[in-house]
Amino acid sequence: MDAALLSQYVVNGLMQGMMYALVAVGFTLFFGVLNVIQFSHGDVLMVGSFVGYSAIMGVIAVGIDNPYIALAAALIAAVTLVGLLGAVIARLFVLPLRSSPPLNTLLITLMLGTVLRESVRLFFPHGSHPKRFPPLLPTDSIAIGGFDLRVDSVMLLIAGLLVIVAIHLVINRTRLGLAIRAVAQDEETAMTMGINFRFVVLVTFVIGSAVAAFAGIMNGLYYNEINFNSGLLLGVIGFAAAIVGGLGSIYGAILGGFLFAALQTVGAVAMPFDSAYKDVFAFTVVIALMAWRPTGLIAERVSERV
Amino acid sequence: MDNVSQASAARRPDSPQVITSLVMGLVGGALLTGFAAWFLKAESEYVVGFLLLLAVVGAVAASRLGALDRIGVAFGAYEKSLYAIVIAGVLVLAWIFRQDHFTLLMITTVMVYMLAGLGLNVQFGYLGLINLSGASFIGVGAYTSAVLTMHSAIPPLLILLIGGVLSALVGCLLILPVLRTRGHYAAVVTIAFAILFESFLKVNDILGGPQGLPVGAMSLFGWSFNNPITFGGFQASFYMNYLLLTLAVLALAFALVRRVERSWIGLSMDAVRLDETAAACYGIGIRRWKVLGFTLGNFLIGVAGAIYGMMLGFIAPANFGFSDSLILVSIVLLGGIGNPWGLALASAIVVILPEKLQMIQEYRFLLFASLVVLVLLFRPDGLLPRGMRNYLPGRKVAP
Repeated sequence: MDAALLSQYVVNGLMQGMMYALVAVGFTLFFGVLNVIQFSHGDVLMVGSFVGYSAIMGVIAVGIDNPYIALAAALIAAVTLVGLLGAVIARLFVLPLRSSPPLNTLLITLMLGTVLRESVRLFFPHGSHPKRFPPLLPTDSIAIGGFDLRVDSVMLLIAGLLVIVAIHLVINRTRLGLAIRAVAQDEETAMTMGINFRFVVLVTFVIGSAVAAFAGIMNGLYYNEINFNSGLLLGVIGFAAAIVGGLGSIYGAILGGFLFAALQTVGAVAMPFDSAYKDVFAFTVVIALMAWRPTGLIAERVSERV
Repeated sequence: MDNVSQASAARRPDSPQVITSLVMGLVGGALLTGFAAWFLKAESEYVVGFLLLLAVVGAVAASRLGALDRIGVAFGAYEKSLYAIVIAGVLVLAWIFRQDHFTLLMITTVMVYMLAGLGLNVQFGYLGLINLSGASFIGVGAYTSAVLTMHSAIPPLLILLIGGVLSALVGCLLILPVLRTRGHYAAVVTIAFAILFESFLKVNDILGGPQGLPVGAMSLFGWSFNNPITFGGFQASFYMNYLLLTLAVLALAFALVRRVERSWIGLSMDAVRLDETAAACYGIGIRRWKVLGFTLGNFLIGVAGAIYGMMLGFIAPANFGFSDSLILVSIVLLGGIGNPWGLALASAIVVILPEKLQMIQEYRFLLFASLVVLVLLFRPDGLLPRGMRNYLPGRKVAP
């Protein structure tokens, strides 16, 4: 294999890893504050890409054809609306189930994901067909050796990196982040210290869902296509990545996301079987990893009181 | 002491309570059969809507009047004779619709789903192991029956068993991660398996790829199940064969699952579900019961898949995807986790309702998902919640 093709695979893998990591960060944030899995997260991402798409279409319909204005509109609309959607999900479906077994939350959000997915399919105009996402970023490419590095890929990767850095700063450098970490560590103690538990939970859901919306737009820009059922697989992969990294650890989630993309790439390129088996390979490795380290690579610390 | 005397009073054949509850059971069974027949016959959507309304009103009224409790008691005390009533009810339905391919297919599909639901029920309801790859294990059974009926001379009845065994064996691949993980970590193992399996079926070349495979017919003692039954003046659709077979297999599986539940095996499984640590402290071998329950569940699901494949005659990967697994889980949740009778109601709702209301056919995933969300929010134990363990027959007679 020549270097050009290899670098193509590497860029593609990095891109996918970035998306998976952004989804996984959401899972791990929610798990941190509430010890629940918000399984509709992948479909929240899909809703984000559809909101972004509608915003772009709206901007174009008004007659503005500056791509950056369209992009800004898409980002603002998706991040606000989907952040709100996250808060609504937390308020109506996740918080009321706090006292029931944690698997019930997994199931209710799983079904909620189906509701979101089916609603987009049925009620979005021509929702069951894939939509062509307009390429808003410059499509030129820089030739490095025999390999054409696309400018939009680089911009998307940098943007994703900035989002990750921003999450890191919010969690580690702000009072809000301190509150989130406090709730994650021990919610009762946090409440006695005067932290508004409900508010922190809702804000965490807003942040996580907004990041998912960002990833959704990234997804649309990179593949130039959005589809009502793209969220399910992304959600499953993000969940698997968060689990493999170790729930509750943001860095574990990022690690897991890139790891999963690496597994897919290796499965497609370096394995003796057909590249169509890349998902089979990646999920087999995930199951094997779970057997090896049952609470993820960065293990969750658990102690059981009897 | 009081309870024991009541229990023995309820057991005496001449006790008035026995007679009333038996009569209640009979009347309930007859009413339900009549309702099901009417519902299955209904053509127009208005009639279906009216019948649904009638069912809701009837159920609420019956529970207000305490009739449901009475029937529950009758079931508790006289399970065997009331099983006979239920089986007779299904046979009556089969008789009424003997010429009607589609209705027989629907009734049989309900029973296949119920059989698979029994397997999930052992895993999820008794052991608390969530299996989000139920449809994949149905797929293992169905593909086994496809390959073996077309390429071997193994008697098809045996193929049903082999389908179950293979499904259990495939489940054994997951045993290690399932045993070592808990809760959400275990859920991701089965989800990963469901996606892996679906994607494997789609991309492989040997098992027909995305197009799928034809499945040979069931045959028993030289009688091919794809022949219509003609017996003197009696004529019935060939689906009648499958209906009777599925009913027999389902009755066996049901009896088995109830036995397991009522024995100390079920008690140990309940203990494992409720508190693993406490169960371990009392000397219950957690791993042993998890392996047993997971394998038994997958076996039942695999048998259901083998029957399903033979009945449909053709299978494709699209039947065994993650969303189908979700449908199976919603059946278990809707019915009431751990209650095998709830499965009957839930499978009937999930299979028959979209066929009867063509206008909701398109919306069925949306509808069922919303229904499960509502059930989880407002009635987390399901439509027919699992009762308390009943150690003494007839104990619930007195309030």
